Amino acid sequence: MTTVVSTRPAAPASAAGQRADRPPRPERRAGLLLTAPFFVIYLLFLVGPLLVGVVLSFFNATTVKSGLGDWVGLSNYREVVTDPLFWDALWHSVLFTLLTTPPLVLLALVAAVLAARVRRGRLFYRLAFFAPYVVPSSVVALIFLWMYTPEIGLIPKVFGAVGLPVPDFIGSTSGGWTAVTLMTLWWTFGFNFVLYTAAIQDVPPDVYEAAAIDGASPWQQIRHITVPLLGRTTSLVLILQVLASLKVFDQIYLLLAGGPNQSTRPVIEYIYDTGFTSYRGGYGAAATMVYFVIIVAISAAWYGLRRRRAAGAAA
Amino acid sequence: MTTITPPRPTAAQSAPSVNGAKLFNRLCAVCLTLFALIWLVPFFWALATSLRSDGSITEHPTSPFAGGWSLHAYSYAWDNYPIGSWYLNSLVISVLAVVFTLAFGSMAGFALAFLRYRGRGAVVALVAAGLMLPSEALVLPQFIEYRSFHLLGTFWALILPSVAAPLSVFVFQSFFRGIPVALIEAARIDGASWWRVYATVCMPLCRPALSTVAILTFITSWNSFLWPLLVLNQTKSQTIPVGLASLVNNSNIQYAEVMASSVLGFLPLIAVFLVFQRQIVQGIATTGIK
Repeated sequence: MTTVVSTRPAAPASAAGQRADRPPRPERRAGLLLTAPFFVIYLLFLVGPLLVGVVLSFFNATTVKSGLGDWVGLSNYREVVTDPLFWDALWHSVLFTLLTTPPLVLLALVAAVLAARVRRGRLFYRLAFFAPYVVPSSVVALIFLWMYTPEIGLIPKVFGAVGLPVPDFIGSTSGGWTAVTLMTLWWTFGFNFVLYTAAIQDVPPDVYEAAAIDGASPWQQIRHITVPLLGRTTSLVLILQVLASLKVFDQIYLLLAGGPNQSTRPVIEYIYDTGFTSYRGGYGAAATMVYFVIIVAISAAWYGLRRRRAAGAAA
Repeated sequence: MTTITPPRPTAAQSAPSVNGAKLFNRLCAVCLTLFALIWLVPFFWALATSLRSDGSITEHPTSPFAGGWSLHAYSYAWDNYPIGSWYLNSLVISVLAVVFTLAFGSMAGFALAFLRYRGRGAVVALVAAGLMLPSEALVLPQFIEYRSFHLLGTFWALILPSVAAPLSVFVFQSFFRGIPVALIEAARIDGASWWRVYATVCMPLCRPALSTVAILTFITSWNSFLWPLLVLNQTKSQTIPVGLASLVNNSNIQYAEVMASSVLGFLPLIAVFLVFQRQIVQGIATTGIK
């Protein structure tokens, strides 16, 4: 992004005959004034919490009263990385990511490829697939809890009718993961579907025409044109999905409350518990920073990889 | 497109394969429609349950057409939970978040796209870095910062995080980059101040960007759950998602009432979606695929 902005021939060359490298004063002032409102809030409320988190993590702060408490150096961090419950929580976030990412990406790809071949009913498909995404997580949880209810819920009945063993969706760990995965699939799949649909529309139609003239069957067209051309989108959908899944909180908290015996508790809920149930602000902040570094490292690695690939393609 | 190439010599030969393609497309339509119908089941299930009486639900749980229909669950839910004030809170918060995000985001986007000034490079770099910052993971330090500013419990605590998100600036900046510089120059030569160029030349042109940012901000702000859960802790001043979440564990026996509340929770969003679906889809496509 930065490169695109800077190569752009910026704003009018000054008519007053000033030197080109120094923009006129009103322009400089307007730039500062127009940026200021956003930038002040940005620094205070997005960069601010990051700095607060770094500072807090070195103190024995509590969330009950203000003030930093005693300086404890790295001991919060030492405690976080030696706490097996933290690693369990991290593993649960990773497991949730592993469970949800493949079906969410694949299903979206398949549905978008199918939708591209269907002329009518675009609005209907969009409504069916994307409408769940705009529904608040607590509403989704209420509906799915009702559908998961043992004995009388719809989903246990369907499992039974198909001949699958009916898991204890809310009371057991493996059943809980099934429940959360199914619900997340229903809730968020539309987002990836929309990204794929938009990308498919960008494929020029004459590519297909040429293929059709050469006698490629629809199936061959999908395999050799659509899917390969969607490579870039797939990598984008994949990383967005991984980052979103790693930040899971709502679904697991609402459906299972980290349930049975904290066996599904994700990292954000661990931070929430230490910070707001045990009131250990400094310790929670240290856990936040460890987790934060992991997420930033993943997205930075992805950006780096994409940059290198883009540079390789340009060379 | 086909009209350009009608004298194709292979036309006769490819006729059967065209039929095959048609059949294939029809198969696709059938699969996708089945898939879509399955996806709609939770909505219908919630709706059907909410219109039944609790007695008939416990008697015939999975046959939605067994019991008598009534709107009793809705009036019960409305009377027993402060859904009205939850709605009002959500609405006020989301609308204010949208207004501030649009104003500040478009101003900054305009400055970054057209103006040269000291510190511009730093702002661009920080905004780009902020795009990959997982702010949701920072709730704990965020909470402590807001408390020391005495913002907890206020609507500002819910509005400011959306305004601070860099995505809106990014969308506006990339949209403004599409406006020809000649237009700006002409306005400047006519003597318009930069403020006037922004307000009267660029803003009317960027309606698509405005609606994209507005809708996405509205939906994320309306739906956010963890942050309002932490910030607002009295029942009366809660938002719809947090308020409804309090029903998750305590009244599981009254299925019809709980489903009626869910329907009340999702209907307004489905309405927003139906009205603005084109812009929503456009918005996600433009912000997702950079």
